Amino acid sequence: MKYLYLVWKNLGRRKLRTVLTVFSTIVAFVLFGLLAAVRLGFSAGVEVSGVDRMLVTHKVSIILPLPISYQETIRTMPGVQAITHANWFGGTYKDPKNFFPQMAVDTTTFLALYPEYRLPADQKKAWQTDRTAAIVGRTTANRFGFKVGDRIPLTAPWLRKDGKRSWEFNLVGIYDGAQKETDTSGLYFNYDYLKESLATASIANQVGWYIIRIADPARSQEVAKRIDAQFANSAAETKTQTEKEMAQGFANQVGNIGTLVTWVVAAVFVTLLLVVANTMALSIRERMSELAVLKTLGFTHVQVMLLVLAESCFLAVLGAILGLGVGVVVVAGIGKGLQQFVPVFFVPPRALVLGLVLAFLLGLIAGLPPAVQALRLRIVEALRRV
Amino acid sequence: MFNGLAQWIALVALNLRTLSQRRGSALSTIVGVACVVAVFVVLLSIGEGFRATMAATGTPDSVLVLRGGSESEMMSGLLVDATRIIADAPGVASSATGPQASAELFVVIDLPKRSTGTDANVPLRGVQPAAFAVRKHFKIIKGRLFRPGTNEIIVGRGAAEQFAGLDLGDTHRWGENPWTVVGVFSDDGSLSESEIWSDARVLQPAYRRGSTFQSMHALLQSPEAFTAFKDSLTQDPRLDVKVVRESEYYAEQSEGLTRLVRSLGGFITVLMALGAIFGALNTMYNAVASRTREIATLRALGFGRGPVVFSILAESLVISVVGAAIGGAVAYFGFNGFQTSTLNWQSFSQVAFAFKVTPTLLVVGIVIALAIGLVGGLLPAIRAARLPVATALREL
Repeated sequence: MKYLYLVWKNLGRRKLRTVLTVFSTIVAFVLFGLLAAVRLGFSAGVEVSGVDRMLVTHKVSIILPLPISYQETIRTMPGVQAITHANWFGGTYKDPKNFFPQMAVDTTTFLALYPEYRLPADQKKAWQTDRTAAIVGRTTANRFGFKVGDRIPLTAPWLRKDGKRSWEFNLVGIYDGAQKETDTSGLYFNYDYLKESLATASIANQVGWYIIRIADPARSQEVAKRIDAQFANSAAETKTQTEKEMAQGFANQVGNIGTLVTWVVAAVFVTLLLVVANTMALSIRERMSELAVLKTLGFTHVQVMLLVLAESCFLAVLGAILGLGVGVVVVAGIGKGLQQFVPVFFVPPRALVLGLVLAFLLGLIAGLPPAVQALRLRIVEALRRV
Repeated sequence: MFNGLAQWIALVALNLRTLSQRRGSALSTIVGVACVVAVFVVLLSIGEGFRATMAATGTPDSVLVLRGGSESEMMSGLLVDATRIIADAPGVASSATGPQASAELFVVIDLPKRSTGTDANVPLRGVQPAAFAVRKHFKIIKGRLFRPGTNEIIVGRGAAEQFAGLDLGDTHRWGENPWTVVGVFSDDGSLSESEIWSDARVLQPAYRRGSTFQSMHALLQSPEAFTAFKDSLTQDPRLDVKVVRESEYYAEQSEGLTRLVRSLGGFITVLMALGAIFGALNTMYNAVASRTREIATLRALGFGRGPVVFSILAESLVISVVGAAIGGAVAYFGFNGFQTSTLNWQSFSQVAFAFKVTPTLLVVGIVIALAIGLVGGLLPAIRAARLPVATALREL
C-alpha cells in the first residue's frame, strides 16, 4: 500500500503530462468500447442463435418460396422435434424509410420454437385467436411508440383483395428478449391473414422458409442431409442449415466488419502504446538520480523496477477504467440513433474485461524499457549525472 | 523587418535541426497522426467506393418503371401488356430494332464469395435485347454475348471477381435448368457489373414467372422528356406504376450505407483526433520543457516572442504533416481499388465495389492533421513565449 502512495506521488510530479496521457488513454478506450459494440451489433445474430434450431430454405435463394406441403413431410422425419414456418412481409410504416422486419407465421407453433421471445400469456392467447393480431418486439415498439391496442397500418408490396396495399394489424402484444443480445425488432402476425387477404393465389400455400427444432444439436448435419435429400430433384429443392450458419452467412454477406474493427482497434492501440511509452521514458529519464537515491536507501533493484512498472500500469489502467465508463455511456447515447441499422448495440461485458486486460498489458509493455533501465541503474553513475 | 524575418527562419531551422534529439516523442506523434489519417481515409473510402458504383449506374436520360408501391425491383411485378404500353409511351428513344426499352426480371441466387467461401445473394437479371442500348457503356470484355433463347449467361466484371464459379465455361443449375457462363461484360463501373444477365424469355419459365416481368429499363430521347413520359404512364388508367430516373433511384439506394459509413467513420476520426491532440500536446510540452534554458537563452539574446511561438508551432505542424503523408500513403497504396462486396439491403443482393481513396479525402486528412498539429502546438508555444527569462535561465 505504501508503494501505491509512492506511485501516486510520482504521477503527480508532472501533473500536466500525466493528465494528457490519461486523456489519451481514455479516448482510446472509449473507442475500444464503441468498436466492441459495433462488432457485437453485426454479429449478435450469430452469437445468440439457438443451437437446436435449423432453417429450411429454397436451395437457389431464400427469396424463393417452398410449398406448404413440405411441412408434414419434414415433421415426421427422424430427429425433427417441432416445425413452424414464416413468410417475409416487407412492409413499411408510414414512410418507406421506416423499415423493420415483419413476418407472417403460424401463430400456434411459432413461439414454441422461439422461447427467447417472452410474451405474457394473455397476450399470447389474443395473438393466437385474433386473425389480424400482431406482436412486436420491444425495440421496434419503443422506436415508433407502439402500445398494446394500437392499430398499425403497413404498406406492403402485396396487393389485397380489396385492391389496396395498405394492411392493418391489431397490436395485441409486445415481447421482450430473454437476453440482452436478443433481437427484438420483428413484428409477427398470422399467416392465415396474409393468405386469405391476398388478391392473387400465387403465393397462397407457399411459405418463405421452415424453422425446425432438432433433438440433438450434434447431429444437425445428418438431419440437414436427410431433409435436403428428400426434396432433391423436385421443383423446389431445399437447403437446410443451422440458425448459426445462416446468421454467419448473413454477417459474411454484409462484409467482414470484424476484421475492419480489429484493424482500427489495433491502430488505436499502437498509437496509445507509443504515447504511454513515451511518457514513461521521459518521466524515468528525469528521475534517474531519484531512483539512485531510492536504491541508496535500501530499495532492491527489483523493487525499483517494479515501482516503474506499477506506475506505467497504474496510468494505463486508470485511463482504461475511465475510458470504458465513458464508452458505455456514449454507446448507450448513440445506440438509439443506430437502432434502425443495428438493433443490438451495447458494450458487451466481455469487452470490458478484455479492455482491462489489454490496458494492463499495455502498461507492462510501455513500462518495460524504462523499468529495465531502472533495474540496471548503478547508484554511483546515476548520482554523478546532473 | 529583414532582421525580424531572419529571426523567424533561424528559429524554425533550429527547431527542426534539433528534432532528432526529441526523436521518441516526435515519433509517437507522427505514428499517432498517421493512424488517424489512415483510419479516416480508409473508412470513408468504403463509402465513397460504394457511392461511386451506384452513381455510375444510370444516365440522366434512363428511367426505371416499377409496379406502384414497390421500393425495389425485387418486390415489383409487371404484366406483359403493361410492358408493351410502357415501351410505346411518348419520349422513349427508338432505333431500327424498335423502342429502346427492356422489360426485365430480377432474382437472386446463392453463390459462394471467393474471399470467404460462404454463400452470398448474387443478382440474376433477365434482359431483353434493348438492355444493351439502355446501358450505354455496356461492353463484352471476354467471351461473347449469350445466344437468345438459350440457357447461356454473361456475368459482370465485379461479379466474376467476387464470386466463385463464374468463369467462362462454368455451369450451374438454378431454377429448373443448367446455365453456362459464355461471357464477361463491363459497364463503366456501374452496379450492373455485380450482376449476372440472361435472356428474360429463358428466365421466365425457369422461375415460373409465366409471361410477367418485374421492371422496365428504358432510354428516353432526352433527359427533359422524363416529365411527359412519367405523366403519360401515371395517368394511364390501365397501369399502376411508379416511374423514377435510374440515377435518382440508385443514388437513393446508396444513401443509407454512405450515411452510416460517414457518421461512424466521422465519429471514430473525431475521437482518434482528440487522442492524437493529447499526444501532440504532450510531445510539444515536453519539447518546450526540455528546452526551457535554451529558449530563455534565445530570448535573452534578443529573439522576440513571435518567432519563438512560430518556431514551436512550425515544429508541431511539420511533425503532423509528416504523419499525414505517411497515413495518406498507407491508405492510398494499401487500400485504393481494394475489391470487395456488400449486401445492398434495398435490393437484397450483393454489390461489388472497390475502396475509393479520392483526392478530397486525402486533402481532408491533411487538414485534420494540420488541425491536430495546430492545437497540439499552440498552447506549448504560448507557454514557451511566456517563460520569464530570468527564472528560466536559472532552472536546472
